[in-house]
Amino acid sequence: MGVVPQTLDLSAPNAAAGPGQVSDATVGTPSSGNPSQARQEPEAPTDQRSHDDLLDAIASTRDKTAFAELFSHFAPRLKSYLIRLGTDAAMSEEVAQEAMVMVWRKAESFDRKQASAATWIFTIARNKRIDRLRRERRPELDPNDPALVPDAPDAADRSIEVQQTEESLRSAIEKLPQEQSELIRAAYFEDKTHREIADQRGIPLGTVKSRIRLALARLRQEIDGFDTDPRPSSG
Amino acid sequence: MTQTPGHHLDEEALLGYASGALGEAESVLVATHLALCPACRGRTSTYEAMGGSMLSQIEPSNLSDGALSATMARLDQTDPSEAPCDDGGFDNATVTVLPRPLRDYVGGSLDSLPWKSRGRGVKELPIRIGDGSVRASLLRIGPGETIPQHTHEGVESTLVLKGAFSDETGTYARGDVAVATADHDHAPVADSTEECICFAVIEGPLRFTGPIGRVLNLFVRP
Repeated sequence: MGVVPQTLDLSAPNAAAGPGQVSDATVGTPSSGNPSQARQEPEAPTDQRSHDDLLDAIASTRDKTAFAELFSHFAPRLKSYLIRLGTDAAMSEEVAQEAMVMVWRKAESFDRKQASAATWIFTIARNKRIDRLRRERRPELDPNDPALVPDAPDAADRSIEVQQTEESLRSAIEKLPQEQSELIRAAYFEDKTHREIADQRGIPLGTVKSRIRLALARLRQEIDGFDTDPRPSSG
Repeated sequence: MTQTPGHHLDEEALLGYASGALGEAESVLVATHLALCPACRGRTSTYEAMGGSMLSQIEPSNLSDGALSATMARLDQTDPSEAPCDDGGFDNATVTVLPRPLRDYVGGSLDSLPWKSRGRGVKELPIRIGDGSVRASLLRIGPGETIPQHTHEGVESTLVLKGAFSDETGTYARGDVAVATADHDHAPVADSTEECICFAVIEGPLRFTGPIGRVLNLFVRP
């Protein structure tokens, strides 16, 4: 309790400082390329591991160095995400920490064929926020549910797709007209219904809905190359 | 069983579920449809990837001193409140009809629940979800029976779980979602071959979201 576990080697280069001070030197800095951070890194070349690798290391060997590295990248971003959603800074940090604890506990369920590390961690934080701040349960799918209708066989391995999706989405969002990208961001960062978004911005509800629909169609088109909608249009 | 739905949720619902903006009752409806619809599952994954992409791009905030060590100290603790909830106690028929996201809110097997009669051949089982501000029910309609004409204040979304029903907008089978607005006066008829079980959510007027809404919800919640 309260002691940095022995497997975490972050404090080794500077035994004089308390474990808290030393290990926290990595917090809030980019995950690589920072000289002051490099001094604090353990000998193992962990900066070459991708975020996916770090999650797998946590899952397979409970690697606390990997966790510290993942934390230094994601916890400051999760805090920003929660602040954007209207939570005060102290509570945002608390919930960001709790989300990272969940990342540690649930790392075995991370599957890089299904989602990138950032996407998986986003869903953990999203659910933690619903649980802690909205005090609601989050209904989730159970992959072992006998009632679950399985994916078509050719959709089972999305690994290549997953690697490209996040990158493509990033550039696709940037390419959207500002009036559309703003509404897409609002959908993630404002926790409002489309009607509330419309009222707040003084634009008609129908305009909000059609802009979002256009933006989503364009984003899907961007990542699929074409809009592969196997679904007939209906209500 | 592997028949996939033809009537889907709209993008607003999938986006709201992926971003986390959607309320709990609507989220139960979405998650239950997703269990039955690989196509909407694929889209929802894309919208979650958008969340991941935006998380990667967001400007990081500084954490307080000691944040990492405080978190590290919690890694080996176990939290009994996070134990997965029990999925036992249901008979086979119930497990086949109700996907897990909905099963978690229903107290027992379909035939053991306190259904209320709603006219000839129609039964309703109200399901309490979250603060109860959104009305949610299971409906059980006998073969060939009709749900009496009804209107509602908000938008009613009905997900078919067993059998099928038809109204003037079309025929809906397992996994399909029918959406009826307040001014839409409809009378769905169940298929004559078997009973129809549906999950219906009516967005009532008491629906608060956003920072101020969350405070109000504390008072609405009994």
